[in-house]
Amino acid sequence: MKYVDEYRGKTHALALAEEIEKLCIPGKEYKIMEICGGHTHAIYKYGIEKYLPEQIKLVHGPGCPVCVIPLGRVDDAISISLGEVIFTCFGDMLRVPGNKRSLSDAKAQGSDIRVVYSPLDALDIAQKNRDKQVVFLAIGFETTAPSTAIALKQAKALGLTNFSIFCNHVTIIPPLVSILESEDSQIDAFIGPGHVAAVVGCQIFEQITARYSKPVVVSGFEPLDILQSVYMIIKQFHDDVRAVENQYSRVVPYYGNQAAIEAINSTMEVRPYFEWRGLGTIENSGLKIRDDYGEFDAENRFTIPGIKVSEPRACQCGQVLQGKIMPNECRVFGKACTPEKPIGTCMVSSEGACAAYYNYGRFQVTAGR
Amino acid sequence: MQNVQENSSKYSNKIITMAAGAGGKTSKALISSLILPALSNDYLEELGDGAVFSLGADKLAFTTDSFVVSPLFFPGGSIGDLAVNGTVNDLAACGARPLVISLALILEEGFWLESLERIVRSIQEAANKAGVKIVTGDTKVVERGKGDGCYINTSGIGIVNENAVSLGPSKILAEDEILITGPIGDHGTTIMLARGDLGITADISSDTASLADPIAAVMEQCGKAVHAMRDPTRGGLATVLNEMAESSKVGIEIAETDVPVRQEVRAVSELLGIDPLYIASEGRMVIFAESGYGNQILDILRTFPQCQDAALIGKAVDLHPGFVVEKTIFGGERIIDLLVGDPLPRIC
Repeated sequence: MKYVDEYRGKTHALALAEEIEKLCIPGKEYKIMEICGGHTHAIYKYGIEKYLPEQIKLVHGPGCPVCVIPLGRVDDAISISLGEVIFTCFGDMLRVPGNKRSLSDAKAQGSDIRVVYSPLDALDIAQKNRDKQVVFLAIGFETTAPSTAIALKQAKALGLTNFSIFCNHVTIIPPLVSILESEDSQIDAFIGPGHVAAVVGCQIFEQITARYSKPVVVSGFEPLDILQSVYMIIKQFHDDVRAVENQYSRVVPYYGNQAAIEAINSTMEVRPYFEWRGLGTIENSGLKIRDDYGEFDAENRFTIPGIKVSEPRACQCGQVLQGKIMPNECRVFGKACTPEKPIGTCMVSSEGACAAYYNYGRFQVTAGR
Repeated sequence: MQNVQENSSKYSNKIITMAAGAGGKTSKALISSLILPALSNDYLEELGDGAVFSLGADKLAFTTDSFVVSPLFFPGGSIGDLAVNGTVNDLAACGARPLVISLALILEEGFWLESLERIVRSIQEAANKAGVKIVTGDTKVVERGKGDGCYINTSGIGIVNENAVSLGPSKILAEDEILITGPIGDHGTTIMLARGDLGITADISSDTASLADPIAAVMEQCGKAVHAMRDPTRGGLATVLNEMAESSKVGIEIAETDVPVRQEVRAVSELLGIDPLYIASEGRMVIFAESGYGNQILDILRTFPQCQDAALIGKAVDLHPGFVVEKTIFGGERIIDLLVGDPLPRIC
């Protein structure tokens, strides 16, 4: 698999590491937040930090879609699944704990819950099971929203009466603003989410650079991509510029994918408020299904308890998601909260900062960092 | 540095979830908190692929395994092949030459006779290839809807090679060399694709095969240097290495670039976000051999067609006891932990 290994080469990594070290301003600390869970996963999986000098610290942002779903929404999903429905969701959501149990528990107790890889698979199930209501649990940032939009459009074209979507889509900019506006925020720069940018483009991050004077480099997901993005960020500081740059230009067009943006905008609209795990309620940060597609909105079709659940007091997911503490600095990390018995969502998905840290980085095997 | 794995955690769920059968942490928790306390004895506590006990002058290995694979037929084999090869390989892992196996069929009302015929034929062929006889059996039928077509249980007995003098996870020493008899993850990938709900096709088939002959040859020619063997089925290579690290209290180091993985398996796992290290094989064996014997064993293995791509993948170390660490192609290091729950694909 040459096309992948090219982005994982050790020789190039060493060369980049050397360049990064040269450009670092002596004595300056750099706190760089990678927004996307995919980056977090890759950083730990490949041991990228090993190539960075001490003065660069990578902190993990709110871009793991599973991690930001609040407990109450999980309980709402479970409540829908208990009815006479076929409930479909991505595999990552199965083990996410609600207040008392997870969808995986509900499945073992009789809910008909099926893992799908796309909302279009759920649509297919609906077409084959006309006598049953089929619900899809939609989560994710602008990355996954276009496929939800397509499913809505197809459901309408097919005139389906047994398909609906429980929409939990969120958008990327509001949580970043929320983090930057929060007290004691110390983020110096962002590694931008490549997959989100493939849809919405790089230009949406210009407001971060303009308002907060923070470099944003949209990055690919291979280890050399990430290392190169760090290099580009450090170079901006060195050259004293602040800009949005596109490291992932082999996939990301600077102005995004207009067809995908149009699909989202025509089927979904911004909610005034949406609750985020650990970050609280953020204005204009969630997407809901437009009235034109209201018949496919599970929130119209079913009675949703709208459960508000306060987060477990011990859990510090919020601070982890804001980059204020490292996963291992959370008071329950690795003790009460482990991947097999997660308290917080960050410990569930492999892209969650805590799970990635627990699985790959619990200790550094060799000295050096 | 943490030295202790948190593997002995309690199974705290009130119900059985799919994760309890997936071979990872949850499976272990169920066994250690429910099965072992009730049924424990010296043989069971080893938690090996089979139990080894003496009968007169001979040492015998005894093992059992159930097969619930879906779909029943897939590229490269069927549930029948798995039922024979799985038990044969578990015996081989005990250093034993498989001798006789039992066959218990649990069939669902309405199951096609034609399908059963295909399964029985594959059992016959697999048994012939492995050189074992099916010497006893049982057939049960359950009402429609109470089973998934066909489940199979097989148990087997084998005679342990007399060279198996230092064989068992507790015999692993630092500096032991670690081998795998072929590329990993073929079977699990084939099954994922054969279920058809991924919309991906790839030219790949199950690796299900008997390892009776190659392992017998290894045991015959340098069995005294073999310290441990296990077949990486559920939970894959990562799970086997973790089990070995835990029971032997050594650390394990493998190199990503040395672990053989077929291009197709890598491509599919990249797409699905699954690590090949956790994907099941059904015709592979992990072997821990005394330092210096690795290449000799490789040479023996490579004379058999099913082991042509055998490779040295790492070694046991004094550092980080209980932990498995992989040197990545990128030059980094990462912990390879036991899997939690089912291997679920990521979404973006």
